[in-house]
Order: sequence, then structure tokens, then C-alpha cells
Amino acid sequence: MQIFLPIAEVSVNAFTLLGLGGIVGVLSGMFGVGGGFLITPLLFFVGIPPAVAVATSANQIVASSVSGVLAHFKRKTVDIKMGVVLLIGGLVGSAIGIQIFNMLKALGQVDLLVTLCYVVFLGIIGFLMLIESIRAIRRARGRPGGRPARKKHLWVHTLPFKMKFRASGLYISAIPPIAVGVMVGMLGAVMGVGGGFIMVPAMIYILGMPTKVVIGTSLFQIIFTAGFTTLLHAYTNHTVDVLLAFLLLVGGVIGAQIGTQIGLKLKAEQLRIALALLVLAVCLKLGIDLLIPPKDLYSLGS
Amino acid sequence: MSRIFALLLLCLLPFGAQAEQVVAALSQTRVSVNANFDGSEILVFGAVKRDKPVPTDSPLDVIITVAGPEQVETIRRKDRRFGIWINVEAQVIGHTPTFYTVASTRPIADILPPLTDSLWKITADKRILPALRGNPAREALIELRQKDDLYRTREGEVVLSADTLFDTSIALPANIVEGAYATRIFLVRDGEVIDSYGTSINVQKVGIERWLYNLAYSQALIYGLMALAIAALSGWAASEVFRLIRR
Repeated sequence: MQIFLPIAEVSVNAFTLLGLGGIVGVLSGMFGVGGGFLITPLLFFVGIPPAVAVATSANQIVASSVSGVLAHFKRKTVDIKMGVVLLIGGLVGSAIGIQIFNMLKALGQVDLLVTLCYVVFLGIIGFLMLIESIRAIRRARGRPGGRPARKKHLWVHTLPFKMKFRASGLYISAIPPIAVGVMVGMLGAVMGVGGGFIMVPAMIYILGMPTKVVIGTSLFQIIFTAGFTTLLHAYTNHTVDVLLAFLLLVGGVIGAQIGTQIGLKLKAEQLRIALALLVLAVCLKLGIDLLIPPKDLYSLGS
Repeated sequence: MSRIFALLLLCLLPFGAQAEQVVAALSQTRVSVNANFDGSEILVFGAVKRDKPVPTDSPLDVIITVAGPEQVETIRRKDRRFGIWINVEAQVIGHTPTFYTVASTRPIADILPPLTDSLWKITADKRILPALRGNPAREALIELRQKDDLYRTREGEVVLSADTLFDTSIALPANIVEGAYATRIFLVRDGEVIDSYGTSINVQKVGIERWLYNLAYSQALIYGLMALAIAALSGWAASEVFRLIRR
């Protein structure tokens, strides 16, 4: 069934969009990532103009994150306090990030920088996560049935302004979460994504939060950053296509519920390996695109 | 009133100059883009009106062109720098139609000398930024649009019967740009345009498409909040539905 999108001004198959939303929704629910780094390139692929794709995926991320976070709320796997602290950092970071983005835009080459950012960050994060989770699985095999060793005293535990994050079982300084928020907010604004794929590993490896709580908390935080991005795009660029977003989110919210169920059945290490492989796959695709000669040397754009 | 005026005009014209005239119509002059719009076929048809018998010494040809609304485009060129392919150059190129179709009874090269073609801007080569001919960016633009099937040449697709009745159908694509689509019909004999007729097809969004588009531009903040509300509501609804299913 073909449908004409009012803002994107293209006609696309409605079922393709439902399917795309569904796939990204499943991943979102499973890993706590908004899926922006996946859905945006997928939308380019079906012929949606890049500006509309970026803005509209932010809108769809809000929906799948709400759907996912509610499932996590019921299981009490959301650390609201941590989420709010991260969000404060995140909004500050977004504001800085948008400044950097505009500065680079004035210099030209912003597209290249975004792609390079993707390749570098996805590459580093994917690789580190993969190694770490493989090690964790090996360790678990070595000691069947035994609980993994208690987390060591990380450097983050020595900083001042300690706060109690009950849901995460942490008593740490507020400085690291705010710093993580700022960093992710900055990268998110530059790369045009919610930043879940950076946030999730940062929460696990820097803050030492348990994986199960990380996903719900990340989703909680993403709702607000993605919502803020959507509003900004709708207000300044008029590039949010509600009809496109609606089709994506119908698939997305259903997918997110399924993804949450899958996520609860999988072991934390398996979940991390799967996310690592996914991140590396996207990184590889983007990297290869930079290296091979393009089909058309020229491209049209406004 | 206009008919009387046309008749008067006809009388005033020097005899012979308007020996053959084109009378044409379109199957529709308005295209409504609604939610299930998937391109449109427009039938262009008409007749040659003449007050003398059909001249037999030279063949008569019909050329029909349809041009979409004009836009300014930026064309970027990629090149290899430090081993990776990046955009190295951007060129803003003047007004070009977003859609252009030329249909004719026979190959245009056989019926129209280049000079007449230039004068009336008929083929894409003469119509699309002819001043920039040879500029790689302009050639790339034409090539990209041809690849997307937005610029088309349909030689031999206009059917002319008994040197009098002609018709063809013009396919408007699904990814259409709103606006006026200028339609021109030319009668050609002996390499000269002996008569032409112009009209336009109005392409416009209707219904929910129109409403959403207007809202997005005129009430951007409300539109943005609406988008967020829809997102949050459907997220909540999905979560509730799944909770009920699982119960």
C-alpha cells in the first residue's frame, strides 16, 4: 500500500515503514538504545530526504522509548534519580553540542564529521563491549553457577558529592553521571541521535550500573532528549513528518514490547555481545561507504 | 466573450500564417495529492484546426512538453581525500524544473533543427540551463534527474491520426513537487513551429496532507507538540495493550 508523506513529499510503501519501525523497536526494547543510529540510515535507504529522516526518527524514538520505559517501570528496572541526573548533564551537553554543530556547519564538511564520529565511536564502543562481554562469558563458564565477582572500587567512587542511587545499588558522586550526560548530550547533538548506544556502555563501564537497570534508565533519559530534538526540528526546520513518524512508531511501539520481553529472557552478557555486534556492523557499513568510490560523484541537495 | 475575442483575433491575423492551429485539452488540469497518491497519468489530446485541405508536401509533427515547478539546487561533487570519499565542492545552480517531459511524434532530431529547438526551448538540453552547457555540474544534474525518471524524452509517443487528431499520456511521478506544471503543445512543419498552445496542470495537496503541511509551517510549535503527544500516547497505548494480552 503506497502512501504519500506530506512533509517528506515522497510516496512510500506503508508496510515497509511499519516493518522498519518494528525492527528498530525490537532493538530499542532489547538494548535500551533509541535506535536513531539505525533508523536514520534505513530511512535514507527507502528514499526519505535526509533532513526529514533525521528529525522524524527523533519523533519515533520518543514513542518507542515511552513504550519500552513503561514495560521497565512495571519491573522496577528504571533508576529515575540517575535518569534525572544524567538528563541534567544531557541537556547542558546538547546545548554545547548544537553550538559545535553550527560552528562546523559554517566551516562546511559537517556531513563528513558526522560520519567520522559514527565510525570512530561505534567502532570503539562496539569493539570494547565485544571484548568485555566475551571475557565475561568465559569467566562465567569457568565458574558455573557462581556469582560474578563484586565490582572493584572504581576511581569514580573517590569523588565528592556522593548520592545514593537505590535502584542501581550505587552510592557514588554525582559528578560522573553528570559528566557522562554532558558527553553523550554533546555527541548526540552533533551526530543527530539520542545517544543511547554511547549512554548504555558508559553507564555499565564508567558508572558501574547493573545492565538490567541501565536499559530502563537509558530509555527514560532518551525520551526527554529525543523529545527536545523533535520539538527543535519541528520548530526551526519544519522537517518532522507526523505521518511518517506515525507509521514508524506503530511498528516501533509493538517492536519495543517484544524487544523488552526478549531482553528479559537473555543473559546480560549475551545482550551486550548482540549490541556490540550490531554496533560494529553499522560502523563497518559506514566505514566501507567512505572508502569505496561512490556510484555517483555528484549529488543533489538543498 | 473570449470566443468572440478569439474569432476577432483570427480575422486580424495575416492570412496563411495561421493556416494550421492547435486546439488541445487535458484529461485533468488539477492533480490532487492525497494520502494514497501514487503518481498520475494525464492524457493530453487535441486536434489541428485548418481552413484549407491538409498540405501533402511535408509531414506534420506534434511535440508536447510538461515542466514542473522550478527550484534552485545545490550540486555537490565527491572526491578522494586522504583515502576517503568526501564532498569537496558545492555549486548552487539556478532555477531548474523539478520535472520535465518531452513527447513527440517522431525523433526530435529529425523534425526540429537545433536553432528552432533553442528558440522554443523544447528538448531538455535546450530547456535546462542552456547557458551552462558543458558545465559538469549541470550535466550531472540532468543525468541524475534522468536516472530518477524526472527528466524524460518520449520520442514517437504522441499519436497523430490523419494529420489532425493527436494524443499522448504524460505520467506524473509519485514523488511529485507541488505547483503549476506548464504544458506546451507545438505543431511543427518543415522544421518550423507553426503554432503552439500553453496551459498548466495544477498539482496540490488535499485533505489531511494539506492540513498537516500547513500546520507544520504555520503553527510549527503546535505541530511539534502534537507530534510528541502522538508519540507518547501510542507508546503508552502499546504498553497497555501488551499488558492486557499477557494477562
